[in-house]
This record gives sequence, C-alpha cells and structure tokens, in this order.
Amino acid sequence: MQRIGDAPALRRLLIGAAVVLSALFLLLPLVAIFAQAFAEGFATFVTNISDSYTLAAIGLTLFITVLTIPINLVFGVMLAWLVTRFAFPGRRLLQTLIDIPFAISPVVAGLVYLLLYGRNGWVGGWLDGHDVQLMFAWPGILMVTIFVTCPFVARELIPLMQAQGSREEEAAVTLGARGFTLFRRITLPNIRWALLYGVILTNARAVGEFGAVSVVSGAIRGQTNTLPLHVEQLYQDYNTVGAFASAALLALIALFTLAAKALLEWRATRLESSS
Amino acid sequence: MSIRLHHIQKHFGRSQALSPIDLDVASGELIGLLGPSGSGKTTLLRIIAGLETPDDNPATRLLFGERDVTRVHVRDRRIGFVFQHYALFRHMSVFDNVAFGLTVLPRRERPSSGDIRTRVLRLLEMVQLSHLAQRFPAQLSGGQQQRVSLARALALRPEVLLLDEPFGALDAKVRQELRRWLRHLHDELGFTSVFVTHDQEEALELSDRVVVMSNGRIEQIDTPEALYRAPANRFVFEFLGDVNHLEGQVHNGILTCGDARLRVSLPDGRHELLLRPHEATLADTPDERANLPAVVTAVVPVGAEVRVELSADWMSEPWLVAVRHQDAERLNLARGARVYARPLTWHHYPETAGQARRSERRAQTAST
Repeated sequence: MQRIGDAPALRRLLIGAAVVLSALFLLLPLVAIFAQAFAEGFATFVTNISDSYTLAAIGLTLFITVLTIPINLVFGVMLAWLVTRFAFPGRRLLQTLIDIPFAISPVVAGLVYLLLYGRNGWVGGWLDGHDVQLMFAWPGILMVTIFVTCPFVARELIPLMQAQGSREEEAAVTLGARGFTLFRRITLPNIRWALLYGVILTNARAVGEFGAVSVVSGAIRGQTNTLPLHVEQLYQDYNTVGAFASAALLALIALFTLAAKALLEWRATRLESSS
Repeated sequence: MSIRLHHIQKHFGRSQALSPIDLDVASGELIGLLGPSGSGKTTLLRIIAGLETPDDNPATRLLFGERDVTRVHVRDRRIGFVFQHYALFRHMSVFDNVAFGLTVLPRRERPSSGDIRTRVLRLLEMVQLSHLAQRFPAQLSGGQQQRVSLARALALRPEVLLLDEPFGALDAKVRQELRRWLRHLHDELGFTSVFVTHDQEEALELSDRVVVMSNGRIEQIDTPEALYRAPANRFVFEFLGDVNHLEGQVHNGILTCGDARLRVSLPDGRHELLLRPHEATLADTPDERANLPAVVTAVVPVGAEVRVELSADWMSEPWLVAVRHQDAERLNLARGARVYARPLTWHHYPETAGQARRSERRAQTAST
C-alpha cells in the first residue's frame, strides 16, 4: 500500500536533502568547534580553559544563570497562573506583552536598559547619586538576562495550564485545601515537566546570551566578561584556539541541555503511553 | 442539613445568568435542578458550593441549616462536590484521591495515618472499588472514575452533597446503575443532595423534588409525579417529554387548520393545543370529533409500544404517536399509510412569553 505523497523517489530526495543539510549546517560546525579547540592538543586546551580570565568568565556566567533561573521560575509560574486562572481586563494584552522579549532584538533590549539604568539614564542617574551602579557591572548583566529569558517558563506553562483547566484545583478547594498546599499538591505535580522544560530552555539562553549582555557589560576582563563575550574577545585577539576552547565549553553545556530535554520528552511520552 | 437560598442573583458581565432565586431544600432531600443548557442550573449549583459568588445584594442569603454561609469560602463550607468530568487528581492513585480531603485537614483535626487508611478503605469498599486502590484515574473506566469522585467527596462526611451533571458523560446502562446506587447511598447516609441534569428522565427518576429552570428563572418546583401530571406552564410541559402541536383558528367550537378539524371547547380565536405521544390514537377513518388526516413516515417498535411518526400539511412539525402493538397490526401501519389521528385529551396554555418566543422564531425561519 502506498500513501498519498509517499512516492519512493520523492521520499529518497527529501530524506537525502534533510541529511545533507543537517550535516552541513548543524553537525559540521559542532565538530569544527571541538576540532579547533583541540587543534594544539589536550594540554593547550586545559591551559586555555584554566586561564584566570576564562575561569572568571565561566564563574560569572554560572553566577548569572543560577540567579536568573529561580527568579524566572517564580515569575513564570505566577504569570501563567494569573493568565490562565483569572479573567480580568487586559488579560490578552498581558499575554502579548509576555512575548516582547522574543520579538525584540536583544541588542535593542540592552540599549534600552542602558538608556534607563545607565549613569546618564533616567533611573540610573538617580541611582548613581546613591552610589548604586547597575550598568557595566553584574547586576546589569543579570537584569538583561532575566529580560531575554523571562518568557520561557510562562510560555511553556500557559498552554498546558489552559488545557488542564482549573477543575482539579476547584475539587481540591472543595475538599478544604488552602493556598500553598493547593499549589504544592495539585498544581505543581501537573505542571512539573513543563516547568522543568521551561527551566532548561531558560538555562540554555541565559548561558549563551550575547547581544543584550554585550551592550550592558562593558566586557571588563576578569570582572564583567561572560563566557560568550570572552569567546569573542579571544577571537578578536587572534587567539583562535583559545576562543574555540571556550566555545567548546559553551557547546558542551548546550549538548547537556539538549540531552536533558530529550530525556524529559522521552519520559513524558513513556508516561503518556503507560496511562 | 437544610439549604435555604434567598434572593440569589448572578450576572456575568452584562448578561443575567440568574434572576433573583429563592429555594428551600429540606434536610435529607434529594433535589434535581433540571433545565436546558444556559438555564442557569450549574451556576446556581456552583453558587451553593461557593465556587461562584452571587451578585452583591443586601437581601442575598445562603443558609446551611442555621449557619449563614453567604460569605463563607468554599473550603470552609464543608460540602461535597462531584464534578461533571470527575476532576480526579490525575497524578494520584485512587487511594490518595479519596484520602486527599483528610490529609489536608489542619494538623489538630487530622486523623492519624492509620485512621485515614481505615476510612479510605471503607469508602472504597462502599463504592466497590477496593481492588483498584492503587490504580491511577486514567486506568479506570468513566463509571469507576465517577465512583471514585463520589467517594472522595464523601470522605469528609459532608452534610451537603452537590453534583454537577454527575452521569452526563457515561453510557446509558452505567448511568442507570449509578443513579440507583446514588439514591441508595443518599438514603443510607442521609445527606442533603442537589444535582444538576439536563436529562428529564434522570431528574424524574432520582429526585424527591425537581426544580425546572429556564433562562435563569425557576419555572416550577414539584415532586416528579406532580410535575409530570400538572406542569405549571408550557415550558415545563414541553421540556418534560415529546409534544405534538396543533395550532389553528377556533370558530363555534371547531378548530380548523388546513384540512384538519377538531371539536374543542374553547372560545373563538387562534389557539394552540399540545398533546403527548400517548395522548392520541390512530384510526383508518375520521370520527365526528376529529378529522386529522396524516401520512405515516416511520414506524418504530420500542418496548411495549410502537412509535409512529406522522406528517401532514397542517402540522408545523411531525407528530409522534405511541400506539399498542395490536393496534399497529390491526391498522396495518407501514410507511406511506394514510391514517387519522384521534386525540384522547389535550393541553392548552394561554399565550406566554415562551409562546411569543416560539412564534417569533417561526417568523424568522419563514423570512429567511
């Protein structure tokens, strides 16, 4: 039996094209990163990685990520809850606003933050008078990272929570459950996989963010340089192997993230098929 | 525990879901809220539960026994609520679902885990699901899920049990079984129940009293017998079963409509008569009282009777007449046969809002 659109020639052509394109655009660059990183041997790679500026960049990147995730986790859950469980004027507008960080170029976001919170900015000027510096320091990096990653958790949760409806929560309330018990025992178990998925995406983006961070960081070596910025700097200094060593680290984090995501999806389908 | 509603009113935005409603439910009663979709029955039930708040009005009162619960939160009203689609906690086993209400009690009221276990197992025994305690909701049939949801609602021994279309999503046989079983449970445990349904048969079979609703108003409150025998108005009459219509001009005690004629004792003017399928018989000749010629379009034997569908120019909608098997055989009824309908009795409701709506609708269809 042959189905519509399943001619053998067409199938071979499409599969072939997919394989070639994936290899050319996805696999080859990935291999190239690691090839370059290890071009002068493993010892050089280790030297490059353990360079004090590189270590500082790794530290800052992890620090920013570790702060961003819980903040966006709480924010995303609250936002999703608000949008899916309450009817209020402006609900649709809010749902659109959530997507602004996706729609806007990260560089523009960085510039806006600079304009607002920089020393000559509207809020920044006042803060400067109180000896608080946000831009060209880690708080600025944190702020723009939160900005560019804030839709991920909410975007994962909203469709799920909409589909699930509030019947189970209503049932729990009629049985006497209150506030946090309700969330912990009914809402959270139902959204945990989507929540974790949102966290993984947030993590990937927080680690890799370049555009917005480059505007507000000032890229002071050893102080406000994140890993992606560091890669660029090394490359500008004609230290190609060093740049690729750090890039390989970023790629590794990305691969781990993908593996975690695949594992979650596999688990979700297995759970679904068992029930 | 008795439930008393006084001046309960609800608007959603600008549309009125409930006109001010008063209703008294006696302790231990089983009350059915019956009405078409959009009649406000579910809204009323959810207001009693506290899942919905009535409009703010100083006259609004909701009493459970002597306790004023108008402003009491759902979780403190101590009601059992059964949802239409069960709303079981999908990530918990049957056992944990039923135990939930007990495990979230404040620490000083919470029974020990051993006591909880005993109580849950007894509840599961009561709903005949002990053997499925460790299953998850998705592994159960609809009827089993609904029984779990009942056990869960009863775990805290509520004195008021509210059910929203509890059997709506189940097939006919399971529905029948669960109805009987709910009635039994109700009589045994003595709680006060209010359930919502759009199925008149279910309402009539299960309820001590039925509350018929339409358009956010109560049309009639009565026992099933009284309701069926003496519908308060045309809406109730039409909603409780199949109805045949005969509309025509009455002159000198004769109602005429096309080639149909019927002797009636009504004043001159335009009138509409209503009759149920069993309130007419069929014959192969007209008589001095009725001349209602029609053509048989379908013959369906159902149980003890044969349901015959008739059509004729003078009918606005086809008639349905229930006759005995031997009459059907004697008349040799088959599709296309010409027969005469003979009303045994009929009902007549003076012009009401409902009728005005109907004729309005007819005018609309005629103009399109």
